[in-house]
Amino acid sequence: MSDVFLPLLVAIPIVLSVVPLIAGLRYERAGWPIAFVGSITVTAIAGYVAVTIASSGRLIHALGNYPQPYGIELVGDELSALVALLIAIVSLAVLLYARTAGPRGNAFYSGYLLLTGGLFGVALTGDMFNLFVFLEITSLVTYALVASDRTSGKAAYAAFKYVFLGTVGASMYLLGVGYLYVATGTLNMRDLQEAIASVGYGDPIVQAAFGFILVGFAIKVALFPLHTWQPDAYTYAPDSVSAYISALVSTASAYALIRITYGVFTQSFLEANDLIVTAILVVASVSIVVGSLLALMQTEVKRMFAYSSVAQFGMIVAAIGLANETALFGAILHLLGHGLIKAGLFMAAGVLATAYGARTVTDYAGLSRRSPYAVGGMTLAGIALIGLPPSIGFLGKWFMALGAVEAGAWGVAAVIFASTMLTLAYVFRLVEMLYFRSPSAARTDESAAVEVPDASTDGVAAPDGGSIDRVTVAQVAIVVSIGITVIALGFSWELFADYLDPVLGRFFA
Amino acid sequence: MTDGSVLGLITTRYAYLVVVFVATVGLYMMIANQNLVKKLIGLNMFQTGIFLFFITSAYVVDGSSAIVPADGAGGPFASPLPQVIVLTAIVVGVSLTAVGLALIIRLYAEYGTLRADALREVIADE
Repeated sequence: MSDVFLPLLVAIPIVLSVVPLIAGLRYERAGWPIAFVGSITVTAIAGYVAVTIASSGRLIHALGNYPQPYGIELVGDELSALVALLIAIVSLAVLLYARTAGPRGNAFYSGYLLLTGGLFGVALTGDMFNLFVFLEITSLVTYALVASDRTSGKAAYAAFKYVFLGTVGASMYLLGVGYLYVATGTLNMRDLQEAIASVGYGDPIVQAAFGFILVGFAIKVALFPLHTWQPDAYTYAPDSVSAYISALVSTASAYALIRITYGVFTQSFLEANDLIVTAILVVASVSIVVGSLLALMQTEVKRMFAYSSVAQFGMIVAAIGLANETALFGAILHLLGHGLIKAGLFMAAGVLATAYGARTVTDYAGLSRRSPYAVGGMTLAGIALIGLPPSIGFLGKWFMALGAVEAGAWGVAAVIFASTMLTLAYVFRLVEMLYFRSPSAARTDESAAVEVPDASTDGVAAPDGGSIDRVTVAQVAIVVSIGITVIALGFSWELFADYLDPVLGRFFA
Repeated sequence: MTDGSVLGLITTRYAYLVVVFVATVGLYMMIANQNLVKKLIGLNMFQTGIFLFFITSAYVVDGSSAIVPADGAGGPFASPLPQVIVLTAIVVGVSLTAVGLALIIRLYAEYGTLRADALREVIADE
């Protein structure tokens, strides 16, 4: 009977999302408590579902009791349970962070709940078209949240660009689903697995369907050269929103790509289509290298983290293309780890920006002395992003590189290694600034640099410079605990290996 | 299946040609037109092309709408599933248009222009 908790995970946040707006007519500050109650509830349910799946195997819930394969079903297996848990935990952390950091207003909390519900839907659905609907719910709310900073026209323009690219991506996915439906006559994922096998992996319609779906998700997870929406959206969105969407929105799309590649098309499809695998590996490798290089070239911290995501998702997609168990295990670990790491990094950047007006790398000079805890949390998350042991980032990269070597794809292994070096370069540039530079030394550097410092931002930063402004203990505590968590998870690979064993067994039967 | 000639393609598969035409025109309009509202219309047209593809796939020769009497008689029926899918997708498309237009209003209030090239210039100068 515990399968009824699956629809609750999706329904509770979506139903609750109307309440902040309605209650807001009467009580101005109603949004946060409502979102908090919803978030705590779904976190508890996600935890319970994850434990239940560990003991009694995957849960399947037929919505409305329609007979399969005609009705829509929600499927909770070990992989979706972990992703759901990540969504629940990061959502809760972001909510606690956003209480004082804003954006304020009940509309934000409505959007927040709707986004949470949509993300759970992506993680749990077992139907191809239903996945499209949840992806669009997620995207639409994301567009609105990115633009929720009312003082900045740049945010609105970033959201506008995102609307176009995101919708084209979703439409490509929809077209792929249409091709699959024409080829097989079904949309249920478990049913499609056999239907595609009987149509044949070499069938042009099936190949075209995979191609469209792949391009659609390449836009959604922001692979180079389809990443252009992402840096602007992450940079100009309010800090809480940046943390939330960088941690979860692309993650959910990458999860869906894993689910569709291995749960619907299966490993045999990849084995039968060398050209598609080569294309995935090439595009993903280019994305890794270019993303890392672009991250290295940025002066603005949030933009640097944004380009870093392009590289990390390139790695995950490359591991999907490698089509072996080790690489996919690494991809899943990195997917979960990257979500936590980026949430921590963007929140830390938010704390430093609120407190000291620091938004560029040079602004960060000497901040470790003024804000040791937030900077410590940021450094720990940075270490995990590089992939230094022990950290979750290390585990993910290690298993992906190991998988590349197992598959004989030395190029991919080399690219992962090179990207780690580049990540080391840009994260350590930040760490060096934070710990080993005094503010005055950096200031002379700045004036000596070719780039003329923007006078207007300098003027804003100076009055804020001395005092800590509107940063609460809770915000710093969240950053620090995420930093400690991503390091502590570095010891956990056996736990993940045991937990994910059944689902990897199904994917690589 | 008819012969693979161009004439055969036009006379028997014209619905798919229309689909491709509509979708391509929409995509081109979205990329090439500098007016933000027209870009949004182009995006809508691109999506409409895809919806038409679903509808075409549901077509059955002499098919009627799938209202099945109690005795199961009648038929052949046109496949109802793609039509339901398109209904849902249209709703998604309408929400998308609403969000897009809201953003256009915000951009116009902020920068006083509806042209993408002018907007890019203003933002680059900012």
